[in-house]
Amino acid sequence: MCPDCCQTATRKFEKVCEILDKHQCDPCKLIPILQEVQKVYRYLPEEVLTYIATGLGLSPAKVYGVASFYANFSLTPKGKYVVHICDGTACHVKGSGLIKDALFKKLSLSQDKKTTEDMLFTVEAVSCLGACGLAPVLTINGKVYGQVTPAMAESLIDDIIAGEKK
Amino acid sequence: MIVEKIDLNTVQNDFNRKMAAVKRRVIICAGTGCVANGALEVYDALAAAIAERKLDVVLELKEEKPADIYLSKSGCQGFCQAGPLVTVEPEGFLYCKVRPGDAAEIVEQTLIGGAAVQRLLYKHPVSGQAIEKQDDIPFYKRQNRYVIGDCGVLNPECIEEYISRGGYAAARKAFTQMSPEAVCEEIATSGLRGRGGGGFPTGKKWQLTLAQQNAKKYVICNGDEGDPGAFMDRSLMEGNPHRVLEGMMIAARAIGADEGYVYVRAEYPLAVQRVRKAVADAEAAGLLGDNLFGSGLSFNVIVMEGAGAFVCGEETAMIASIEGQRGMPRPKPPFPAQSGLWGKPTVINNVETLATVPLIIAQGSSIYRTMGTEGSPGTKTFALTGHVANTGLIEVPFGTTLREIIFQIGGGVTDRFGNPDPDGFKAVQIGGPSGGCLTADALDLPLDFESVKGIGAMIGSGGLVVMNQDTCIVQVARFFMQFTQNESCGKCVPCREGTKQMLALLDDIIEGNADEQTLMLLEDLAQAVQLGSLCGLGKTAPNPVLSTLRYFRDEYLAHVRQKRCPTGQCKALAQPEIIAALCKGCGACVKKCPVGAIKGEKRQPHTLDAEVCVKCGSCVQVCKFNAIVGV
Repeated sequence: MCPDCCQTATRKFEKVCEILDKHQCDPCKLIPILQEVQKVYRYLPEEVLTYIATGLGLSPAKVYGVASFYANFSLTPKGKYVVHICDGTACHVKGSGLIKDALFKKLSLSQDKKTTEDMLFTVEAVSCLGACGLAPVLTINGKVYGQVTPAMAESLIDDIIAGEKK
Repeated sequence: MIVEKIDLNTVQNDFNRKMAAVKRRVIICAGTGCVANGALEVYDALAAAIAERKLDVVLELKEEKPADIYLSKSGCQGFCQAGPLVTVEPEGFLYCKVRPGDAAEIVEQTLIGGAAVQRLLYKHPVSGQAIEKQDDIPFYKRQNRYVIGDCGVLNPECIEEYISRGGYAAARKAFTQMSPEAVCEEIATSGLRGRGGGGFPTGKKWQLTLAQQNAKKYVICNGDEGDPGAFMDRSLMEGNPHRVLEGMMIAARAIGADEGYVYVRAEYPLAVQRVRKAVADAEAAGLLGDNLFGSGLSFNVIVMEGAGAFVCGEETAMIASIEGQRGMPRPKPPFPAQSGLWGKPTVINNVETLATVPLIIAQGSSIYRTMGTEGSPGTKTFALTGHVANTGLIEVPFGTTLREIIFQIGGGVTDRFGNPDPDGFKAVQIGGPSGGCLTADALDLPLDFESVKGIGAMIGSGGLVVMNQDTCIVQVARFFMQFTQNESCGKCVPCREGTKQMLALLDDIIEGNADEQTLMLLEDLAQAVQLGSLCGLGKTAPNPVLSTLRYFRDEYLAHVRQKRCPTGQCKALAQPEIIAALCKGCGACVKKCPVGAIKGEKRQPHTLDAEVCVKCGSCVQVCKFNAIVGV
């Protein structure tokens, strides 16, 4: 059941409503709900968090608290291509820092600015992806690339940009 | 709805009859490592090449029809370094680094001709001799793949194959022939200890939970393998998910639970998918649900995907996360055995622990105790990574020495170009961010829970990261400190603030702003964090710092006294220089330098102007002679 709110909001958040319904508005299912909502929006907009809070009968602060606690939830929009550079131990000792530096430089990003202006790329260092045997590793939208060099990472980006222009 | 129960023996016989009708089986490793290296493309290429030659092939063993070839995928075979791996049975040929372009040759020579493709076989690194069979390769030969062995053989998405190898028989035994007390007793006698890090006796944990009077109890499978450099649980969940489920069923029988959760890291999408499929298949077969094996007991499993918080590997934090809260630990007692998920008695076991349980129940605890040491029976999987020739997933009995693991199974240490370097060993980090760095002195120590703890580290979940002489130990300590600082949940002050300050002190050392006082302060703070933190994350967070301070004090002193990094890895301390004796004057660095800091005649040693150099490191990347230092 959807929370009682105005018609327009219900229409606007139709997909959120479906997800809430699927989980029977159970507050214990907050994490799976946020995961599914993030799949739809690619991030968690503030108004959606408030809407979820109302739907589950929780305070917005509580929902925000959970959403901001876990690394996989993003409160800001992400780029079309999300590059995860593994910074687990094995990747770290094999030079994952150089890959991150190279991509940050190439895309004019920094520790505080991880998404490009054109919303094409988000570059993040993440903790171990569990593919240590192939270190250093990066993933682009979930596809794993192993034994990456800074030059190889740059050419992967070039390929995507070239593909986008077509 | 009454689900038609399957009979395990019938399924087993059916599958074995289908298998017997197949003359040759080709297994492509579809673990994460091999998939990233293109194993799925190899699978497609093999399927196409087989089709082109119009060979008789089946991709699924659904119906009974004689076929020449069964082409299947498996979970991780462990030898990630050499992937994509292709095994051909019954001959047992193991092909390494297979490319889609090799498919035609494999079909022609092996599947039609029955001979091995020599060029794809593993070559012995010293003699250069090709080794045909998997078991003869040094990497596999010295292992005892007791728990992970089936991962590399069976099709993880085929419940029939798991049953055909004796799967779910241990669960049936536990539900129909054993009392809960007997199951707990058997596990307690086996001496099985938790593989998640702490090493708590599993049987005792179960007995404590069984003793609780409560109609509702839970089993949680901890698949939140967050330790950087560890992937054994991932491989088990991807490669043999039914074994993990069977372990959960036995745990449920032992404590009297009717509901279970598998908590899997979100970073492991394939593991999530495989475990979900395994649960669905087991439900369809009536192996999960109500009236299991006619015992009148039920057990249902829910798969929950994590949301990216390392601290959720801690059991009380994981419970909070399943309940939909921020994943923060709470003080113990009460222990989860007394008051866990939604206040009910709960057993939380690690994936590897649960995957070992069916083997113990099936074979008996006395067989299990023949492996390993008195205090730590059985085997342990380790993720062997870093600067070592053979990286991958290995399993050895407790009591094996680090020397055997690194030099015999791992094939020795490599330099920064990946070439073997017999004198390259510097340290090995064991147990991830909770563990410690061990030196060459520890190489001959038989590994078990107590011995490793005795020298200031811990087995942890089993990550082994080998480091060569080029690795700066202060940077390693800083790396782990940054990790724990990032992952600290912020609930207790010693961990939240302590890790932050320790990180700042380590930064001072790396940037040349520290003196010997800094080291003493760092040590004091480390001890305070160790004593004062609430959960395991904070209590063990100082271990990497303390162990490196203990074993590599000279290297710290060089950083603070002479403001020098012995390995040249700390950029702020480095003075860039070209070693004339090593420089061949090839000119590669001159071309690469963006600021024109390197000059010199062809085939004459070059010089580097330290004033101009911006320490970007490009020259070091291209220098084949290790002639540039301090960048």
